Amino acid sequence: MAHEHPPLHHAERGKRATRILAIQRLLIDKGVITADEVDDIIERARERTPADGAKVVARAWVDDAYRARLLSDARGAVGELGYRLSHDAELAVVENTADVHHVVVCTLCSCYPTSLLGPPPDWYKSFAYRQRAVVEPRAVLREFGLEVADGVRVTVVDSTADVRYLVLPRRPSGTQGMGEDALADLVTRDSMIGVAQARPPKP
Amino acid sequence: MGVALQAGDAVTVRAAEVDHHHRTPWFIKGKAGTVRRVHGAFPNPESRAHGGDGLPKLRLCQVEFRQADVWGTGYRGADADLLLADIFEHWLEHS
Repeated sequence: MAHEHPPLHHAERGKRATRILAIQRLLIDKGVITADEVDDIIERARERTPADGAKVVARAWVDDAYRARLLSDARGAVGELGYRLSHDAELAVVENTADVHHVVVCTLCSCYPTSLLGPPPDWYKSFAYRQRAVVEPRAVLREFGLEVADGVRVTVVDSTADVRYLVLPRRPSGTQGMGEDALADLVTRDSMIGVAQARPPKP
Repeated sequence: MGVALQAGDAVTVRAAEVDHHHRTPWFIKGKAGTVRRVHGAFPNPESRAHGGDGLPKLRLCQVEFRQADVWGTGYRGADADLLLADIFEHWLEHS
């Protein structure tokens, strides 16, 4: 069965890839962009991974003054740790607390803090996530395995191109005294998008 | 453009239908919200998407909406749930 009917997302990705390559070729032919520029952007995105965002989160967990700077001036704060963001998009950080849980989506396309976290996961770009996260966030979070209590506010952040959003997840309990490197290991990509909490420490 | 928007201002998103590229999602057109933060000025994507220079830059505002206001009674969640969206100032009117 699987052989005769490949999963829809594979077929969808194939069509999209063909379309994107055709657009890319046209833009290069017309001199709007160069092939080197495309390679450079892909290369720069791949330099970053969620481990980079995790270092920022861990610093914010151990240093209240840093956390405050991160929330008010994210570009400056990540710059303190050596991360230079691309110039065409700002970064903003939203903080999860006991009272509010943020989750990020880009309903218009797939805007993501690529210059800090690397490329977005495929599901972030899917029509299903983009359409549903904004209208039924609690159901979507439940499917990711995250049940948000009724008393906790869910705030959906609909991100667009000029400002990319990073979620500062809650510091897990039982992590007092842990160093920044060990804390960073608890910070997952999904927790920085807001579809998960940070991992609990190993007992 | 009137008085510049700032954090705390009550605003309504223009309900305009336009046939060019724009970054105002359909589901908040006509909805009332509150400016939470002004990100600064950015090139106008409605110009840039169509070969323009994006100038003058426009201020981009982070606007907070109640999910219950956006989706009405169809929203299944808590009354306190919110939606944050970044909207260019020319789409916003003081309420």
